[in-house]
Amino acid sequence: MSVLVFVEGFNGEIKKSSLEAATYGYQVAQQLGTTATAVAIGEVHEDALAKLGEQGISKVLYDADSRLNQFVADAYVKVIAKAAQQENAKVLVFSNSNIGAAVGSKLAVRLNGSLATNVTTLPKTDGGQFIVTRSVFSGKAFADVALTSDVKIIAVKKNALEIANAGSGAATVEKFSADLTDAEFVAAPKETIMQDTSGGVLLTEAEIVVSGGRGLKGPENWHLVEDLAKALGAATACSKPVADLDWRPHHEHVGQTGIAVSPNLYIAIGISGAIQHLAGVNSSKVIVVINKDPEAPFFKAADYGIVGDAFDVVPKLIEAAKALDK
Amino acid sequence: MKILVCISNVPDTTSKINFSGDNKSFDKNGVQFVINPWDEYALTRAIELKEAKGGTVTVLNVGEADAEPNIRKALAIGADDAIRVNAHPKDAYFVAQQIAAIAKQNNYDIILMGKESIDYNGFQVHNMVGEMLGIPSITPAFKLDLVDDSTARLEREIEGGKEVVEVKLPFVASAQQPMSEPRIPNMRGIMTARTKPLQVVEPVAGEAKADYVSYSKPEKKSGVKMIDAENAGELISLLRNEAKVL
Repeated sequence: MSVLVFVEGFNGEIKKSSLEAATYGYQVAQQLGTTATAVAIGEVHEDALAKLGEQGISKVLYDADSRLNQFVADAYVKVIAKAAQQENAKVLVFSNSNIGAAVGSKLAVRLNGSLATNVTTLPKTDGGQFIVTRSVFSGKAFADVALTSDVKIIAVKKNALEIANAGSGAATVEKFSADLTDAEFVAAPKETIMQDTSGGVLLTEAEIVVSGGRGLKGPENWHLVEDLAKALGAATACSKPVADLDWRPHHEHVGQTGIAVSPNLYIAIGISGAIQHLAGVNSSKVIVVINKDPEAPFFKAADYGIVGDAFDVVPKLIEAAKALDK
Repeated sequence: MKILVCISNVPDTTSKINFSGDNKSFDKNGVQFVINPWDEYALTRAIELKEAKGGTVTVLNVGEADAEPNIRKALAIGADDAIRVNAHPKDAYFVAQQIAAIAKQNNYDIILMGKESIDYNGFQVHNMVGEMLGIPSITPAFKLDLVDDSTARLEREIEGGKEVVEVKLPFVASAQQPMSEPRIPNMRGIMTARTKPLQVVEPVAGEAKADYVSYSKPEKKSGVKMIDAENAGELISLLRNEAKVL
């Protein structure tokens, strides 16, 4: 038996969340006394794949089929299912992304496996059991879940564990493919449109997020959020009212019905902290709140707070952030 | 056009989350339940499609009798009829099996639900249902339109971008904002909902594959450290030297 990790590429590199999944996979393999293999699909640099050795991955199965440079769910499922079979994988590890969790759910049916998404801990494996902790109730609680099938599938919550350097050599990269037919392409995307991330940071992968709310008074003031984000190497986000007012695009909306983020640092500017907003950000490790209303409920959930006008405070932060040595 | 919308009955966002004394189950005491907010996007879009193209919208809930007020609410918003599979929703796999069983009997053209429930945050059921039925599942979709009577066009979110997908009916999709603007039931809707059919069926044999053993709550924050606005720059050095996140 072995552990199989699915790694996702972005612009040819491996996503941070997938390096976390690889770390997780290796650590589970160590617990179970076996090895961790990775599977990669589409456009990923081969040297980036070989570097997965640093996370303890010994071998990478790589399907470079150019039709799979975009996400084709059924094709990805077929490739990973074949890899799982070939490697006799009993534990499959994904990052808890829209792609990873989708493929994991389909594989749970196809491989008759137990699935846990949003997982925050390594499994407890003593006494033959396999119990993981997952984040539930929109970050307000955790649940311990026993995975009872022979095959266990895990989607690891982003930023839940640190990327480890196992210090091993390069992973061997083997070409891999499954016999894909037209059936796997019936729901293939006609088109994939990426946001302009030039110089920017992907929100769902970011270690630092700077987020703005209605307190910024209008989209014309967003340079405050953007400049602070740039100085800190952060991604930008916004509250629901801001997206509803079309000040910012919906894909930046974090909160209960938007994107849930769990960065190391979340900086909220001019956001009061409605419970719906907190539900999307409460897994952040450190929360900073800047608001001119000292009664803003967000301060109760914050680690650091500044009561003040964003238009006075944020430029000072930008200046101090620029002065940091990198 | 026959559309199935699956809804879950979840604690309201503002609820305090508590567990039983032994931490083995969720404590429903004093908790108000609502239609899962993500499912509302699916429900409203289904009703909009029905209004534009004709057809029926059936609401499905896998849950116990205490879910019925919210099933009635979905009928009041505009669904035509409802089915409740009378079972405790043990895990995503079990729920997906129940939905797939209902779907097999009724030949729906579109099966919709929210991308996840705000209680168990699984993001699993829609893809499992698609796989069980052998039809495409497009998740999470924020746009859904019909191109013609047999084809739909969806936009789904992937990290850093979106995919445009055209599929033949039938298919499964999960909804996220801004697929639609959820509606509040009006008085007429509430009156007519009382007489709309709500069928209760027993579950098919199914198995849970994830066993919820116990629950816990995150550690409380130690409290907020306030920094004077005049010295706002000090925050940056605290974040580097104390919190160690820069």
